[in-house]
Amino acid sequence: MFFSLADAIHDYITDGASVALEGFTHLIPFAAGHEIIRQRKRRLHLIRMTPDLVYDQMIGMGCARKLTFSWGGNPGVGSLHRLRDAVEHQWPNPLELDEHSHAGMAAAFCAGAARLPFGTLRGYVGTDLPARNPNIRSITCPFTGESLAAVPAINPDVTILHAQRADREGNVAIEGILGAAREAALAAHTLIVTVEELVDELPPAMNAIVLPHWIVTAVVHCPGGAYPSYAQGHYTRDNSFYQRWDTVARERDDFLAWMDQHVLRTNDHRAFLDGLSRAEG
Amino acid sequence: MSGCSRNEWMTIAAARLLRDKSVCFVGIGLPSAACNLARLTHAPSLVLIYESGTIGTRPRVLPLSIGDGELAETAAYVVPLPEVFSYYLQAGRVDVGFLGAAQIDRYGNLNSTVIGPYDKPTTRLPGAGGAPEIAWHAKQVFVMAKATKRSFVERLDFCTSAGYLEGHGARARSGAPGGGPRAVITDFGMLAPHPQTDELQLIALFADASVEEARAAVGWPLALADEIDTIAPPTAHELDTLRALFAHTREAHSRPVHLPLPPEGLP
Repeated sequence: MFFSLADAIHDYITDGASVALEGFTHLIPFAAGHEIIRQRKRRLHLIRMTPDLVYDQMIGMGCARKLTFSWGGNPGVGSLHRLRDAVEHQWPNPLELDEHSHAGMAAAFCAGAARLPFGTLRGYVGTDLPARNPNIRSITCPFTGESLAAVPAINPDVTILHAQRADREGNVAIEGILGAAREAALAAHTLIVTVEELVDELPPAMNAIVLPHWIVTAVVHCPGGAYPSYAQGHYTRDNSFYQRWDTVARERDDFLAWMDQHVLRTNDHRAFLDGLSRAEG
Repeated sequence: MSGCSRNEWMTIAAARLLRDKSVCFVGIGLPSAACNLARLTHAPSLVLIYESGTIGTRPRVLPLSIGDGELAETAAYVVPLPEVFSYYLQAGRVDVGFLGAAQIDRYGNLNSTVIGPYDKPTTRLPGAGGAPEIAWHAKQVFVMAKATKRSFVERLDFCTSAGYLEGHGARARSGAPGGGPRAVITDFGMLAPHPQTDELQLIALFADASVEEARAAVGWPLALADEIDTIAPPTAHELDTLRALFAHTREAHSRPVHLPLPPEGLP
């Protein structure tokens, strides 16, 4: 149940696996993404509603062959230059796209969590997305005759989340903006959660989100594991990092040099964070 | 009021479209600035929903992204994302969707996916996000976009969100639950759909803009409403509030982040 990050990634992420690192702006598992890059995982089918910087880094470092997503940008800043380079120029590899809207992907995660074959919604109408994605189809309601959009369930081989706390049994509590974290967790075959804190006992949760220990495969104690994203109650989002990333990622050589210095040449996430703070003085 | 930029005036004009107590699903960027300005001026009970699941949020500074902690800390409540899209938007509980786009056509259809062919794009844009369903389900939609012939186009490279489809009542016939784009606020003024054809026509200009400027900025022959209004200049209160909001925001976004890491070697 309790792993080092390196062991969890080594043991559970195989080349070619479908992997969802979820978190909607909040609690993005950056440390886990960096460890996937360090271990040179290949041909991954990456899944995520909002691929942001950590997916830009994984795609640019050649980890991915396919991306299932609904919005791929640097939120509030602009483009993901490495994602764009992969789509526009197939660098460093071609990237197959399975492109949805947020509502469509949310429905697909909900279906995956419930182990239903597909999710349904009133969506995609009047758009060009169904013409470009054979995974967006329609179904007739057996009760009303209404035509509805249908998307296949998403059941990742592995979902990775970052959360605030886990207890000694491996129950995980998440607070703040959740996105589709709960659905992605329950849809997965294997669930890895990195956490800010290990505690003896979680406070009574009532209506808050708890992932019970029997759906969690591996818990990793990883303070700062969401940086430069954030963990509500622990640290805030480093908006200046997101703005700086636009410059780092724009040219291939600058990107590769940065990844080499900050990720490949650091042994773990703590060393990554220490290296960044040294670089900034 | 003199001395304001077109950007500021555009944001203020957009904010004025929002009525107090309406429920508004907010896109990031210009729409987010306009919605928060409305909340801080004439519409204090405006209910803002961001797609990250924050409902009734009252951010003290503008979020850089739709999921900033500021939005959660100041929200009435925070729900999972599937709940926002399914129980609120799809169920018809949103009055206004406020969107931006890279391209818009004469019937208010929007593109935020690609420029060029989908399989070989010249520019890969971020993609749909919440926009297709916001545009379909919200009771009405407002769009904010700066106008150039590359953004206000005769033909979209890709339709991400439906406006009035081919016009002439096509949207209404399609059974769309929401009413479609009621206003497009741009940097020369405002467009609105013609009641019969649904084609966007010029209905208002900023005082320092002209019909010629508007026509030059739009990539299709722009029709004019029977009367073109002049958009009232910003009041001192509107402009001061907007500038203070931007100043707080710049300061907040450049604040260094402190990571409370335990000493190395502890569990």
